[in-house]
Amino acid sequence: MITIKRLKIVAITMILGFFASVVGVKAQDTAEGEQIFKNNCSTCHAVTDEVVVGPGLKGISQRRPIDWIVKWVHNPQAVIASGDKYAVDLYNKYNKAQMTAYPGYSEAQIKSVIAYIDAQAVAPVAVAGAAPVAGAAAPAEGASNGGMMQYILIALLGVMVLVLIALLSIVSSLTKLASVSPESAEAQKIPLLQRIAENGKKLASNSAFKTGAALLITLLIGKATLDSAYGIGMHQGYAPEQPIQFSHKLHAGQYEINCNYCHTGVYKGKGANIPSANICMNCHNAIKRESPEIQKIYRSLEKDEPIQWVRVHNLPDLAYFNHAQHTNVGGLECTNCHGEIAKMEVVQQRSSLTMGWCIDCHRKTEVNAKGNAYYDKLVELHNTEHKGNMKVQDIGGLECSKCHY
Amino acid sequence: MENNTKRYWRGIEELTNSSEFVKHAHREFGDAPIADEKGELIIDGTNTVRRDFLKVLGFGVSAVALAACEAPIKKAIPYLNKPEDVEPTIANWYASTFVDGGEYASVLVKTREGRPIKVEGNKASSVSKGALSARVQASVLSLYDNEKLKGATIGGKAADWNVADKEIIAGLGSIAARGGQIRIVSNTILSPTTKKVIGDFIAKYPTAKLVTYDANSVSGLVHANGGVLPSFDFSKAKTIVSIGADFLGSWISPAEFAGQWAKTRRVNSAEGGNKEMSRHYQFETIMSNTGANADYRSTYKPSQEGLVVAALYNAIASKTGGATISSASVKIDHLDKAAADLVATKGASLVVSGSNDPAVQTVVVAINAMLGAYGATIDAGTPVNYRQGSDAEMTQFINEAKAGQIGAVIFYNANPVYNHPRGAELGEALAKIGLTISTNDRADETGSLCKYNTPDSHYLESWNDAEPKRGHYSFSQPTISTIFKTRQAQSSLLKWSGLDADYATYLENAWTSSLGGKVAWSKVLHDGIYEPGAGAAFNVPQTGLADAVSSISKNYKANSDKMELAIYEKVTMGTGSQANNPFLQECPEPVSKACWGNYATVSLATAKALGVDQEIELDTHEVEVSVNGKSVKLPLLVQPGQANNTVAIAIGYGRTKAGKSANGVGVNAYPLASVINGNIAFSNTGDVQVKATGETAQVARTQTHNTVMARESVVQETVLSAYKKNVEAGRFRPSISTAEGKVEINAENGNKQEISKEGVSLWNGHKYNNHAWGMVIDLNTCTGCAACVVSCNAENNIAVVGRKEVINRREMHWMRIDRYYSSDADVEDAKGLEQASENPEVVFQPMLCQHCNNAPCETVCPVLATTHSTEGLNQMTYNRCIGTRYCANNCPYKVRRFNWFRYYQTDEYDFQFNNDLGRMVINPDVTVRSRGVMEKCSMCVQRIQAGKLEAKKEKRRPIDGEIQVACAQSCPTDAITFGDMNDSNTAISKLLANEKKGRAFGVIEEINVKPSISYLVKIRNKEEKVVKEEAHAEPHHS
Repeated sequence: MITIKRLKIVAITMILGFFASVVGVKAQDTAEGEQIFKNNCSTCHAVTDEVVVGPGLKGISQRRPIDWIVKWVHNPQAVIASGDKYAVDLYNKYNKAQMTAYPGYSEAQIKSVIAYIDAQAVAPVAVAGAAPVAGAAAPAEGASNGGMMQYILIALLGVMVLVLIALLSIVSSLTKLASVSPESAEAQKIPLLQRIAENGKKLASNSAFKTGAALLITLLIGKATLDSAYGIGMHQGYAPEQPIQFSHKLHAGQYEINCNYCHTGVYKGKGANIPSANICMNCHNAIKRESPEIQKIYRSLEKDEPIQWVRVHNLPDLAYFNHAQHTNVGGLECTNCHGEIAKMEVVQQRSSLTMGWCIDCHRKTEVNAKGNAYYDKLVELHNTEHKGNMKVQDIGGLECSKCHY
Repeated sequence: MENNTKRYWRGIEELTNSSEFVKHAHREFGDAPIADEKGELIIDGTNTVRRDFLKVLGFGVSAVALAACEAPIKKAIPYLNKPEDVEPTIANWYASTFVDGGEYASVLVKTREGRPIKVEGNKASSVSKGALSARVQASVLSLYDNEKLKGATIGGKAADWNVADKEIIAGLGSIAARGGQIRIVSNTILSPTTKKVIGDFIAKYPTAKLVTYDANSVSGLVHANGGVLPSFDFSKAKTIVSIGADFLGSWISPAEFAGQWAKTRRVNSAEGGNKEMSRHYQFETIMSNTGANADYRSTYKPSQEGLVVAALYNAIASKTGGATISSASVKIDHLDKAAADLVATKGASLVVSGSNDPAVQTVVVAINAMLGAYGATIDAGTPVNYRQGSDAEMTQFINEAKAGQIGAVIFYNANPVYNHPRGAELGEALAKIGLTISTNDRADETGSLCKYNTPDSHYLESWNDAEPKRGHYSFSQPTISTIFKTRQAQSSLLKWSGLDADYATYLENAWTSSLGGKVAWSKVLHDGIYEPGAGAAFNVPQTGLADAVSSISKNYKANSDKMELAIYEKVTMGTGSQANNPFLQECPEPVSKACWGNYATVSLATAKALGVDQEIELDTHEVEVSVNGKSVKLPLLVQPGQANNTVAIAIGYGRTKAGKSANGVGVNAYPLASVINGNIAFSNTGDVQVKATGETAQVARTQTHNTVMARESVVQETVLSAYKKNVEAGRFRPSISTAEGKVEINAENGNKQEISKEGVSLWNGHKYNNHAWGMVIDLNTCTGCAACVVSCNAENNIAVVGRKEVINRREMHWMRIDRYYSSDADVEDAKGLEQASENPEVVFQPMLCQHCNNAPCETVCPVLATTHSTEGLNQMTYNRCIGTRYCANNCPYKVRRFNWFRYYQTDEYDFQFNNDLGRMVINPDVTVRSRGVMEKCSMCVQRIQAGKLEAKKEKRRPIDGEIQVACAQSCPTDAITFGDMNDSNTAISKLLANEKKGRAFGVIEEINVKPSISYLVKIRNKEEKVVKEEAHAEPHHS
C-alpha cells in the first residue's frame, strides 16, 4: 500500500458512480484498441479496477465523457491547467505525477482503446489465444526427437529379449546336464552357496554369456554416447541466473506489458533486443524505487556500466535468424518459440533451437501469405501445381542460404 | 584460349608456355606444404610439423567434445541508454564526404550499432554521381587502423592535449613576436571553412603562410589554364585523345571521369538502339588502365612527350588551316588519324595530357581551343578544386627550410618527407626549424620528425565541408565518435589562434548564416550536398604559346635511344596516403595484376636487351634501377605495351613509417622524379640505368594463377563497324555435331534432355517461381578499376591473406578482374600469334561465381555443402563444408576460394581481422569463415534477404534497384546490372531482352553450365581489319 501511495503518476479518471453521457464506442475496432493499449497504456493501467501505476480503467466510458478523455489523452497537462476539477483531483490523488501525453492518436483510435477496455470488462478472460499454438508446437517437437529414441529403445528391448533367451537356454541346458550326470546326487549335497558360486563360475566362463554381456554393455554405452552427442550444444531448459532478478511472470504475465514495449526490435529487426536501462526507467523512475533489484539498475546507471545479462537463447554465428521475418511477416507469436514467457519467473530456453527444430517448423508451417502482395504470385503458382496450402518449405524455406551466409 | 580472330593470353609466360608455367598452371592453390630438414611436412604458415599438428588436432577434438557438455556463458549487454536513432541489428545510413588531399567523393556511410562498416556512393551528388574509387571503398578500413596515433605526442611521447596546446601556443607566440616565419604545409584543401580557419590563424600570426602542394601534382595544367583546373566532361566527347593522362585510373578524378567516359561507350543492340561510341586514342609510355581501355593506343618515350603534343597541334592546325608551330617531328602511330578524328568531331572533341610541364599543357590548351572544346567538353567557368598545389611554392618552402629561414611549420595532413621528390632534403632541414607540428593521423615519415604530433581525426569521425567544384558543396558529419584521443586539425588551429571555438560549432555557424537557418543546415547535412552551382564566364587563355613551343624544343627530343624512367600512380594505391590499408595492398593493379609492392616494368624487347626477360613464373629477376646516382632495387615485371627503352616504377610504396601492412613493401619512387620548368615531372630522362642484380625476386600477382584450360569464348569482342552491320558480331555460338547435324548447344530453352533443335543438355534444369537473380556485365564499359573488388571485400568480410599467400596463389577475393592481352597478329599468321605483341589490346573481365544453373560444383560436393536455391543462387554453406575442394576442381571459372588457414585472430595474418579494432569493420550479417572451408561469391545473399524482408514487411514485391549487390552498387561506370530476371520490368530483364539476340554471352558457353551472369561483347571503335573471309573457325569438341 505504501508503494501505491508513493506513486506519482496521475490517472485519467477516478470517480466511481459518475454516470456520464453514453459514448458511442460500440462499433469501434477493439483489435486496434488492444494493440494501442498494450503498446502504450498497459505499462501503467490495467483494464480492471486494479491500480498499477495509474488507476484501473474498468468502466472509464461510464465515468468520463469521451470528449474529456480525448482531451486528456492528447494533453493531460493542459486539462489540469484549465482548472478542470476532476482532473485536478486526479492529479492530486496520484501525487501530482503527469501522465504521458499522446497527441498523435486520433479520436477514433482513442475510442477504439475504450472499446477494447469495455470489451474486456464484459469478457474478462479469453487471454491465452497463443496457448494452443504453443501446445501444438510442443508435442510436435517431442515427436521429432522421440522418434529416434523410440527406435533405439525398441532395438534395445529386442536385444535384451535375445539375451534373456540365451541365458534361459544356458540355464536349462545346465540343469539338464546336472540332472543326467552321475554326480548329480552328490551335487545335491554340496551347500547351496557353494553351488551358486560354482554355477556362477561356469556361467562366467561360458562364451555365449560373455558375448551377450559384452554386447549389452556396448549397447548401453553406445546409447549413452549417442544421447550425450545429440545433446552437445543443445541447451533446452537452460535458465541461467540473471544479474537482476527480473520476472517476466510479473511484467509480461500479470501486467501484460507487450513484449514489443521492451524488446523494441522484435517486429523491426534481426534481434528482438534486450531492453536498455532507460526503458526500465520509463516506469521504474516512479515505481518500486527502493527494491534492491531495481537499485541495481540505478547503480549501473550511476556508474555508467551496462547491465551484463546472461544470454539465454544462443544461436551459433553461422545461423542467421531474423525476428522481423518471423513475427512481423510470418505472424508468429513470441510464445511459439519462447514458450509461455508470461508464466516464467526466470526465463528458460524452451525450444531446442537445433537445426532439426527449425526445419521441422519450416516443413509444417503455412506461409502467412494472406494480404501480403509479396506472396501473391507464389500462392497462385503453388495452387496450380500442388494441392494443399503453401508451406514455408514450398517456397525455399529449407534452402541453405536462407539461414547460412 | 582462341577465338575466331584472335589469340588471348594473360601473361607472357602463358603465351610462351614456359616449362615453369606449365608446371604451375594446373595447381590451383600452389604447392603442398614444404618439408623441414627432418623430412617432416610443415603446415605452411604456422611452422607446425604435420605430425604434431595431428596430435594436437586429436587432443583438440576430444577436448572440444568434453568442453561442449558445459555451456559457455555468453553475455548479452544492451545499451545503458539507447540512442534514439540506433536500433541494434538495423543499419543506419549517413551522408558524408570522403576527402583525402584532392581526392573527393560524396559518400553514404552504413553504420551498424554505431560503427561504420561500408562506404557507398551518394548518387545525389552531381559531381561524383555516386562513383567511388577502390581507395574510397577501402577508406572505411583506414578508420580502424590500430597504428594511428592514439593521442597528442610531444617528442614522440604521449602527452596531454592541454600541455601540447600550451607549449605550441607559447612557441608560436614567441616566434611570431620576433617575426619568425610560420608555414602551414598542406595538400589541396577542398574545404572552404577550413581555409577560413587557416585565415583566422594567419590573422593571429601574420608571418604565417599556407603552402599547398600535391603528391600527384598537376600544377602545370592549372598554370596553363590561367590558374584554374577546368571541369572536363568526357560524356560530351565524340573523340577523346589522351596524351599520358590516365584519366580512367589515376588522373585527377578517375571515378568521375570513368562514369562520363562510359556514357559514350554504352551501346544497345535493340532495333534503333544507340550504336554510336566515342573514339578514344591513348598515347602513353606505360600500359595504363586508360590505355588498356582505349580504341587506338601507341607509345612514346617520356623525352618525346612535348613533341607528341606539338605534333598533334600541327596535324590539327594543318587540317583546319591554322598556323603550325615549329618543332621536331616525331613518328607516332595513329597520331594523324587522331588529329583527323578530332577535327571531324570539332566541338565534341577533347584532348587531355598527363604532363605536369606548363609548356606542354599550354599547347594542349591551344589544341582544345582550336577544337572548340572550351564551353563544350571543357567547362573552365565551373572549375574543379581537386588540385591546388603549387610546385613552385613548395620548392621555395624547402629552400627556405634548408636555409634555416623558417621558425615554425605545421604539416596539415601532409607527408612531404615521403611523397615529395625532395623529401629527404626537407627531412634533414626540419631539424633547423624551431617548432615542428604535424596533424597527420600517424607518426609517419614527416610526423615522426616533428616535435608535436596533434593527430587529426579520420574523415568518418569529422565535421567538414568541401567544395570540389565551384558552387558545389559537400558535407562530412561524424558517423562515429573519435576512436582515439584525436582532435580535428581545424579545432587545433582555432585553439592555437586563440579562438576557443570547436570546429563543429564554427562550421555550423558559418553554414547556418549562409544558408539561412538551422533547418537548412540540417537538410544539407542529411543530403550530404548543396549545389547552388555558379558558373562564370571564362576566357580561354591563349598566351605564351610561342614561349611554350621554344621550351618544348629545348626540353624534349624526337629520338633518344637512352633508357628513360616513367613514374606512375597505381590505380589501387594512389599516392600511398592509405598504404597501411590491407584491402588496398591486396587489391591487384588492373593491368599488371600485381599487388603488395611495386616493381620495375619494362617491355619485352627491353627485357631481352637487358638479358632479363621473364621466363620464370613465380620468381622474377631483381633489378637495380639507378637514376642520376639514386638507386633502388626491385623485382622486374615484363609489361607488354610499354614503350621500349623505358622502365616504369609506381609511387605509393616504400613507406617506412606507415604501419605494418605498408612498411617495407616496395620502394619509394618519389625521389626519382625530375623537374621540368619548375614543376615535378613523373619521369626522368637523365642518367637511367637498369641492371640485373643476379638475385631473384617475387611479385605477388593474381592473373596467372589459373589457366583457361584451352577453352574458347571466354572473352568476346568486335569492332564498332562490324557491330553496326551485325549486332551479333564477335559472338561465339558453340554447336555440337550430332547424327542429325549440327545443333546449337545453348539455344533458348536448352534445358532438355534429348537432342532437339533448341539445344542439347544432360540436365533437367531448375524452375524459379519467385525470383531469378542474375547479373549482366558490360565488357564495353568495364574499365577494370577494381572498385568492385574492394567493395566486395568490405561487404563480405573477405580475409586479406598477405603477400606470401598471394604468391602461393591463395588470395581470397570473391570478385577478381581478369585481364587478357590479345595478339594483333593476323589469324592465319601462326608464328605471329605465338609472339607477345609489342602493343597488345587488353580486355578486362570481372569474374565471380557465375551461379550456374547446371552448376558443376554442386554435383561433386560429397556433403551437399553447395546447393542450388529456388532463386537461382548457387549457395555455399560453410558449416557443412568439409573442405574436399572437389567443387573448386570442378569449377570451370575458378572462382572458388579455399580457407587454407584461419585468417582471423592469427598472428601470421596480422591484418584487419587480427585485432579488436580492425574487426569493427566486419559486416555482422556475413559469417567470418574459418579454416578448411570453401567460399565464393554469394551474390550478396545477405542483401537479397534483407531486401526481400523489407518488401515483405511492407507487403509488396521488391522494387527494381532496391536490392543491389556490392559490386553492382560500387561500379563507377554502371557496367554491372543486377536484378531479378523473372520480373520483366526490371532493368536487367530489359537489358537482356535487348541483348539476347545481340551482345549477351555466357563465358565458356559450350560447356552448357548456363551461368546466371551474362557478359556483353566488348566493342572497340576501330576500323574493321581487312578480314580475309569471315573464317568461322570450327569449335573443337572432343
